[in-house]
Amino acid sequence: MLAFVIRRLGVMLVTALVLTFVVFFLTNLPPNLEKLARSEGSVRMTDAAVVSWLDEHGHSGSVFFRYAEWLGAAPGWVITDEKGVTRGRCIGQRDDPALAPKYCGIFQGNWGISTVFKKTVLFSLGKSMAATGWLMLAVMLVMVPVALVIGVLAGMREGSRTDRVLSTFSIATSATPEYVSGVILVVLLASPATGLSPVLAEWGWLSGKTLFMGTATSAMDNITFWNFGLPVATIALYGVGYIARMTRASMTEVMTQQYIRTARLKGVGFRQVVLRHALRNAMIAPFTVIMLQFPYLLNGVVIVETLFNYKGFGWMLVTAAGNNDIEMLLGASVVAVIFVLVTQLISDIGYVFLNPRIRLG
Amino acid sequence: MTNAVWDPSQPILEIENLSISFFTRMREIPAVMDFSCKVMAGEAMGLVGESGCGKSTVALGVMRDLGKNGQIVAGSIKFKGRDLVTMGEEELRHLRGSEIAMIYQEPMASLNPAMKIGAQLIEVPMIHQGMARAEALALARQIVADVRLPDPDRILNAFPHQLSGGQQQRIVIAMALMSKPALLILDEPTTALDVTVEAGIVDLVKDLGHKYGTSMLFISHNLGLIMDVCDRLCVMYSGEAVETGAVAQVFDDMRHPYTQALFRSIPLPGADKNARPLISIPGNFPLPHERPNGCNFGPRCDYFQAGRCDAGDVAMADVPKGDRHASRCVKWDEVDWTAAPKARVVKEKAPIGKVVLQMADLKKYYEVSGGAFGGGHAKVVKANETLSFEAHEGETLAIVGESGCGKSTFAKVLMGLETATSGTITLFDEQVQSTPIQRRRVDTVSSVQMVFQNPFDTLNPSMTVGRQIIRALEVFHIGTSDTERSDRMLELLDLVKLPRAFAERMPRQLSGGQKQRVGIARAFAGGAKVVVADEPVSALDVSVQAAVTDLLMDIQRQNKTTLLFISHDLSIVRYLSDRVLVMYLGHVVEMGSTDQVFQPPYHPYTEALLSAVPVADTKVIRKRIVLEGDIPSAMNPPPGCPFQTRCRWKSQVAGGLCDTTMPPVQTLTGGHQIKCHLGADVLAKMDPVITFAAE
Amino acid sequence: MSFLTPESGWADMIEPLSWAAIFGMMAKQFWPVWVALVVTFVLSFRFKRRLGLYGKLFDSPVGIIGFALVMFWVFTALFANMIMTFDPLAQLGSVKNPLPGAVVPEGAEVQYKWFLLGGDHLARDVFSRMVMGARQVLIIAPAATTFAFLVGITLGLPAGYIGGRLDTALSFLANLVLAFPVILLFYLLVTPEIRNTGIPVALAAILFLIPIAFFAILFQSRFHTNPKKRNLYVGITLVLGLWAYSGLAFNADPLGVWGMEPNLLNVFVSVVFVNAPTVFRIVRGIVMDIKSRDYVAAGQTRGEKAWYIMLWEILPNARGPLIVDYCLRIGYTTILLGTLGFFGLGVTPESPDWGSTINAGRKLLSMVPHPAVVPALALMSLVLGLNLLADGLREESLKD
Repeated sequence: MLAFVIRRLGVMLVTALVLTFVVFFLTNLPPNLEKLARSEGSVRMTDAAVVSWLDEHGHSGSVFFRYAEWLGAAPGWVITDEKGVTRGRCIGQRDDPALAPKYCGIFQGNWGISTVFKKTVLFSLGKSMAATGWLMLAVMLVMVPVALVIGVLAGMREGSRTDRVLSTFSIATSATPEYVSGVILVVLLASPATGLSPVLAEWGWLSGKTLFMGTATSAMDNITFWNFGLPVATIALYGVGYIARMTRASMTEVMTQQYIRTARLKGVGFRQVVLRHALRNAMIAPFTVIMLQFPYLLNGVVIVETLFNYKGFGWMLVTAAGNNDIEMLLGASVVAVIFVLVTQLISDIGYVFLNPRIRLG
Repeated sequence: MTNAVWDPSQPILEIENLSISFFTRMREIPAVMDFSCKVMAGEAMGLVGESGCGKSTVALGVMRDLGKNGQIVAGSIKFKGRDLVTMGEEELRHLRGSEIAMIYQEPMASLNPAMKIGAQLIEVPMIHQGMARAEALALARQIVADVRLPDPDRILNAFPHQLSGGQQQRIVIAMALMSKPALLILDEPTTALDVTVEAGIVDLVKDLGHKYGTSMLFISHNLGLIMDVCDRLCVMYSGEAVETGAVAQVFDDMRHPYTQALFRSIPLPGADKNARPLISIPGNFPLPHERPNGCNFGPRCDYFQAGRCDAGDVAMADVPKGDRHASRCVKWDEVDWTAAPKARVVKEKAPIGKVVLQMADLKKYYEVSGGAFGGGHAKVVKANETLSFEAHEGETLAIVGESGCGKSTFAKVLMGLETATSGTITLFDEQVQSTPIQRRRVDTVSSVQMVFQNPFDTLNPSMTVGRQIIRALEVFHIGTSDTERSDRMLELLDLVKLPRAFAERMPRQLSGGQKQRVGIARAFAGGAKVVVADEPVSALDVSVQAAVTDLLMDIQRQNKTTLLFISHDLSIVRYLSDRVLVMYLGHVVEMGSTDQVFQPPYHPYTEALLSAVPVADTKVIRKRIVLEGDIPSAMNPPPGCPFQTRCRWKSQVAGGLCDTTMPPVQTLTGGHQIKCHLGADVLAKMDPVITFAAE
Repeated sequence: MSFLTPESGWADMIEPLSWAAIFGMMAKQFWPVWVALVVTFVLSFRFKRRLGLYGKLFDSPVGIIGFALVMFWVFTALFANMIMTFDPLAQLGSVKNPLPGAVVPEGAEVQYKWFLLGGDHLARDVFSRMVMGARQVLIIAPAATTFAFLVGITLGLPAGYIGGRLDTALSFLANLVLAFPVILLFYLLVTPEIRNTGIPVALAAILFLIPIAFFAILFQSRFHTNPKKRNLYVGITLVLGLWAYSGLAFNADPLGVWGMEPNLLNVFVSVVFVNAPTVFRIVRGIVMDIKSRDYVAAGQTRGEKAWYIMLWEILPNARGPLIVDYCLRIGYTTILLGTLGFFGLGVTPESPDWGSTINAGRKLLSMVPHPAVVPALALMSLVLGLNLLADGLREESLKD
């Protein structure tokens, strides 16, 4: 088991390095750097000025070396200009160049400064990730139990009426991407002009204008059912459909297995057949799916945070990407990539634990 | 339970005029029609028939577990006097597992992979008797010991995948016995197991049946097995019972043409491919919706009489002299059942020519990584060890062995799909042991071809039959134009006795035997001189087996082909081979002519193998030798002699030589080779395993 | 619903339409679609026993509904010019977000008098944009999915069949792409800046070469025993393939038949890039299963080359699960394209594609929902249709 985890971690590390390099390469393409120079320096810079600005700010040279610098595996650049001022990657404005550390990359905890938010990347990332963490937690708490129950109920009697109803529901939700369900939910539940809210308001059942709130900005400070309900429902709906379908497929397959017949012909009642004999075997496949669903959740999170104006990780990613905020984008990618890799690792290990047939080396 | 009402002299199970149908969107498919049978207390009843005859459906009908589409449309099933057909779900549930238990074909599939053995066993008394957990566990422990499994505590704590196939089947039996049921239904319980393991299970089932006084319904396609286990039997054909009676009576004085044809098509000791060839049943098994009028067997029957046999439904008729002997034949009283079969064509023995294939000290080792995640050390699997033999033109050489003996690896090396680790293979005049198939010349490739085991797998499901044969012709550079190859393809279909119209068919439209014929045609497309037949008939029904075997033999005679016949079925090997090579864990343990191998002196393994094969002949007396334990894994073979862990002769070798030293090959008279430490004196004293009772 | 009552006064002579009238008129506009659907269904039902898996689809209610939904949009895309009432880019009047059924202001020479499903913030006709959007989606999504499949199959076959180091390397690459959050990838790949670097063209050059290689190997492996036929088929593949290749990847088709806007190329390449690894994994898994079959061994013992076995013995028998996944994946690609549009990536702002229309409409969502809701429902129904179709196909193919 240990050897397996170590090997797996090794592969993860290589993957993370390659992926972050790709992101570094793509964010530090010449056009992006030129844009950076013009936004940080002056919009009307000449091309020559751009080149020298980039030179002075350590953006020239081999991309591999700059990547190593950013990682903190190579010494940061140091430049002494004609005025005799020494500046460098690791030298703050008021620091003494002599005292500055040689290496300063993400290994050393220096993730750079966001050009949009004017704060350190780590600080902005931390704040937005906390916000997104709440969102994801709520989504998981709603999505996973609902999906599993739907999947098991549908799959335990294939072809029954319950199965047809639940399957149709899950197909429908998994065909509805977040930007569609979000729009529909807002129109139905959070619009003063359409859907449920005007009716309820007419009956005097509503104190405000709408049932749910159409934005989740206020949830940054104080999460309530009314400001958080729609974003959570929007993300969860799509995932529920997908996980429920996987669970149902797995459950129907298990229910046709010989050992289920064995149990039935032992005289085990249907409830016990499902709970004791089928459930654990049927959970193996969906577990992997649920874990691999996390990266897709990230997708949903970006869409929903944009749609509901919730300033979490996704919103920040969009803002950073839209404003050529290179350091921020890099930091966000590191987080995203590590997040995906860790879920994959957990999914692999969990699979081994759930499935007794796999022997550990 | 309401057992008190039931009188033990009455049948435990009484099925009357049972009809079961499956309903699809298109039509109703009758699977069982007008089936009746009685099982008395302590009696073992056999249900025998070919695949699709409805025998398993009867069993599931008794369990009332026919799925969504299956339905009992008529008749009654009385268990201890109570009708199961009309019984409610809840009552039925109390009966299942406690009074009626069932054992299935695939032991691995019938155990829950995520539950420990112990938990699966104790469930039965806990549900039915409301037994406490500790008490149930003690009972489970005792029953596990009863099914002769070593170390019950370890086994109760194990997951199913940690046991071997034979052990798993013993657990399934233990589970069935947990609440001492009155009726045990066994559906092909040993088909998935090796012969020597099967013998142990059969013995166990018989003994436990006696010990607990359990009645049995034993379903099998193997007549020999039925004879070993059952008191009475019921032969089924196409959804109907055609003959029923006591085993000895049905075997010796059958009164139904199908039963007779069945016995004539299976290789019993004494059959000979040249002098007394098998007689296959002509035609095909009718599909359920294409059954003929009147007698279902009519179109394939030698005694068929138009106007009588196809007039209307045929009822079961009692055969007066017998003990509850009945037959579903209108002419049972008229046919001369003792007459010799008319259509027996005696064939000339093909001459055996020069050596075409020679293997000398062939070795094939594999390296496999350790655990599932590559954590362990790489292990070497010795799939073939010092394999040496010669095969001649026109000869049939049988290679016999159970799973893991290395017969498939040997075939791969010969075909060039793998290269040998050491040793030589001389094919005609060419050494091919280290030439992979990509580097072999086309005529070398086309001269060594293979016939595969599984008929459902041997043809590409998405290509027409003709296309597949033509492709072989293309690759072997036979014919210069498309029309020429197409003509040749039709000739090949003639050769394997298939209608030419089959060229346009897709494989799924063919029966198993027909697919196997196409496979043979494909193998002979390039005029193969050496054909490796890997269990070519073991997946086919008995009546089809004979036809396909005969076809192979005919083509061999015409083309003077060398046939390497890989099989685990000693009956068929004895019937068709000239020489036999017995393998165990990668070693050739015995080699000689068919007579030499089937008569003493034997290698101890051959002896056990011979004894394990059930023979459907009441006149044959077999010595029972049941091997202990399972076949060791090829990954981890025992030291010394590979067979020493299960050998009953081991004590006859002095100095524990078997545990430490690989035995030498002893060459006896006539070139008969045995790889064993036993002295010549001991070997000479061996008794034959199979003897014929004096008539 | 509150927007049932049209605001009075903004049309003098002609009355705005009621909802019943709106649906009536829409149904009339879609007449070519109805005709085509009826013809398709009548023919399919009549010959369903002879049509293999496609025919069996008509035994499954779920499959029929799915197929009808999908074909509805396919025919809509085909006959878009006949169905739409206005030019999807034309701004009709100055009133923002006219309601469904509202009257089109006079002036412009128009054949139709109403906004059937209202107008958007630039007073463009929502109905016509939805119809035209279908054409956009139904060209790119199936094409991109097809490319992703060809790439995934071409790489997945050898990975599963040959295994070993090749498998390790290809699987690592596939997992690399899969570990990339899709949105991030889009933000990095689908930007105007990246076009200047030539990366999309380079990626396209590699990705588009694979289908040509696929077909060339397909014919070579089958007909190498018959050089005349081989030369013909491989020749045709190379001529057609390289011709299309020059146009699609480099926009340098000498005849100007093949070509793709740089914007579109960018989107196309990204979508293929995201989808191909999943297809690769599916194909690899199926191949590992099928390669132990006896007919594969029969091919090997006949001395067939590896590619023949992969392409002609294994691939045809993997078609069931691949067809099912193909349908699902077109739906997924449609969602991805919508996502791109939703973030305004890679498409021109006036483009009528459903994703960007939803994005444009969501700003005033709670007040005037129709500009966003109409394309949202359209996209949902198409994806739903594809999912139902895939489900029906899966169910029927398992029954065999």
